[in-house]
Amino acid sequence: MLKQIEGSHGVAEAVALCRPEVICAYPISPQTHIVEGLGKMVKSGDLRAEYLNVESEFAAMSVAIGSSAAGARTYTATASQGLLFMVEAVYNASGLGLPIVMTVANRAIGAPINIWNDHSDSISQRDCGWIQLFAETNQEAMDLHIQAFKLAEELSLPVMVCMDGFILTHAYERLDVPSQEQVDKFLPPFQPRQVLDPASPVSIGAMVGPEAFTEVRYLAHCKQLLALAHIPALAAGFKEIFGREAGGLVRPYRMEGAETVVIALGSVLGTIKDVVDEMQDAGQKIGVLGITSFRPFPLDAIREALKGATRVVVLEKCFAVGLGGIVATNVRMALDGTGQEVRTVIAGLGGRAITMSSLHKLFADALAGKLEALTFLDLDRGIVDRVLERERKLRRSGPIAESVLRDIGTVASRIA
Amino acid sequence: MFQVRIHGRGGQGVVTGAEMLSIAAFLEGKHAQAFPSFGSERTGAPVVAFCRIDTKEIRLREPIMAPDSIIIQDPTLLNQVDVFQGLKADGYVLINSTRGFDELGIGEVAKRLRANRQVCVPATDIAMKHLGRPLPNAVLLGAFAGLSGVITLESVASAIRDKFSGKVADGNIAAATAALEYVKQQLAGLEAAHA
Repeated sequence: MLKQIEGSHGVAEAVALCRPEVICAYPISPQTHIVEGLGKMVKSGDLRAEYLNVESEFAAMSVAIGSSAAGARTYTATASQGLLFMVEAVYNASGLGLPIVMTVANRAIGAPINIWNDHSDSISQRDCGWIQLFAETNQEAMDLHIQAFKLAEELSLPVMVCMDGFILTHAYERLDVPSQEQVDKFLPPFQPRQVLDPASPVSIGAMVGPEAFTEVRYLAHCKQLLALAHIPALAAGFKEIFGREAGGLVRPYRMEGAETVVIALGSVLGTIKDVVDEMQDAGQKIGVLGITSFRPFPLDAIREALKGATRVVVLEKCFAVGLGGIVATNVRMALDGTGQEVRTVIAGLGGRAITMSSLHKLFADALAGKLEALTFLDLDRGIVDRVLERERKLRRSGPIAESVLRDIGTVASRIA
Repeated sequence: MFQVRIHGRGGQGVVTGAEMLSIAAFLEGKHAQAFPSFGSERTGAPVVAFCRIDTKEIRLREPIMAPDSIIIQDPTLLNQVDVFQGLKADGYVLINSTRGFDELGIGEVAKRLRANRQVCVPATDIAMKHLGRPLPNAVLLGAFAGLSGVITLESVASAIRDKFSGKVADGNIAAATAALEYVKQQLAGLEAAHA
């Protein structure tokens, strides 16, 4: 059924259709509307689930671990600092092999405190053992949640569905909300591999020493590699029932004959596609490759998709301070030995708008071979230089964020 | 694609206005994307919300920098924010004010635009009369329907019912209808003056 609703509302409806038995969450922007929506459905009786409004994100993930281990289909959501606060339990959820589904409404990490979108939060958890799927649109965010429960339970691994905070979560768009019958047909009831049951006692979470720790960790890797086959199969099965494309490992767009390929994750792909359409219409050989599955990282699928490309531009909303690109580093691994040129562009940090005009200039530079190995899109170098100069001159130069804000003046009156 | 930028202050229903506009367009079978300028939603702070309307799927995620229409819910922003930034030469301007463009000190801006695409509407007064609260957002959507024809008053009314119910919805619909009538009269007066 087509509805014009907020992305968060759409995700809440999709999660409810998956018949979760336990929902536990602590509110944090920009994720809050999702769990508020679910809370309303539980209160009204439209959704029969246990809803726990816990006292912190650490508690949220701890409750999720307990309920999942007790055999209940379990859902939570968080963002930014909230994800960091639950990290110890996040690692335990995957280490124990518990199929929890969690939305991360992607938001920057402080300091400086910033509520706006980038991918620093979920990307910081790239090595935690969770599967990470990135949604390009609100429709895909809904659809990925339905796939995520099935994927998590097939593999007994937790899945993070990442969607751009505010840009997607707070956008009103046309969404096709599936029927309960469709979701029931796709997603069977949860049959746990392990369950805490007083009638048949087991212990979960034993200490493992050097004699077997490597093997247990390697098994976690094996499961992620299994996911590389499960994810495309689920996307195909999803299309059969719901009639639309969603999920998969990677998504090529207008790649035929493209010598330069732009790689990105999430909602910025929409803006990139609009720019690439205009450039292709002007005869430029440029295409797009969206990465939906960041963990497991689809090395082979990316290498295969980029076969015809001579130059790859990875545009990412996160970066490793002191190194550069994170997604780009992963892409380089996929292209090991091919000699293909990889350029890294850091963009959209802390909600900086990624505009068509900036992308046009960036991609034109890329095609002209003028792009440096590492570029920060729309970086105001003047601000940076003035801070560096002040620090050079003054021992007590003061806090950096505050002096940058003084430098640029009031921002409340700006449009973009 | 038709792009609308709504300027107002936190508490005036700027974001809800953009959302209702997107619902109205959706009800007419169009694709629409409404989103706020995030983070500054404190009472009284300048707030911007955006709405794109198209006949095909909207993929673009940048803020609206070259709007086809601007709706200004609070005229005191004229001295604080460059609300006309990027407005297309044939764009529409709708301002919530009991005063005219010259009185507001933007006569020069008004001269650059087409006369029949700009209007000041006393939206707060209309809201007070029909709703009893100074909320101009739905009122201005009625005025927008009258000025631009991009959406119909019927769709605006349905969008209001989607967001509100009972007396609040009725009051907003009555106010939006009155605003549309006000705009039609203004435009008719303009035509008569040129006849």
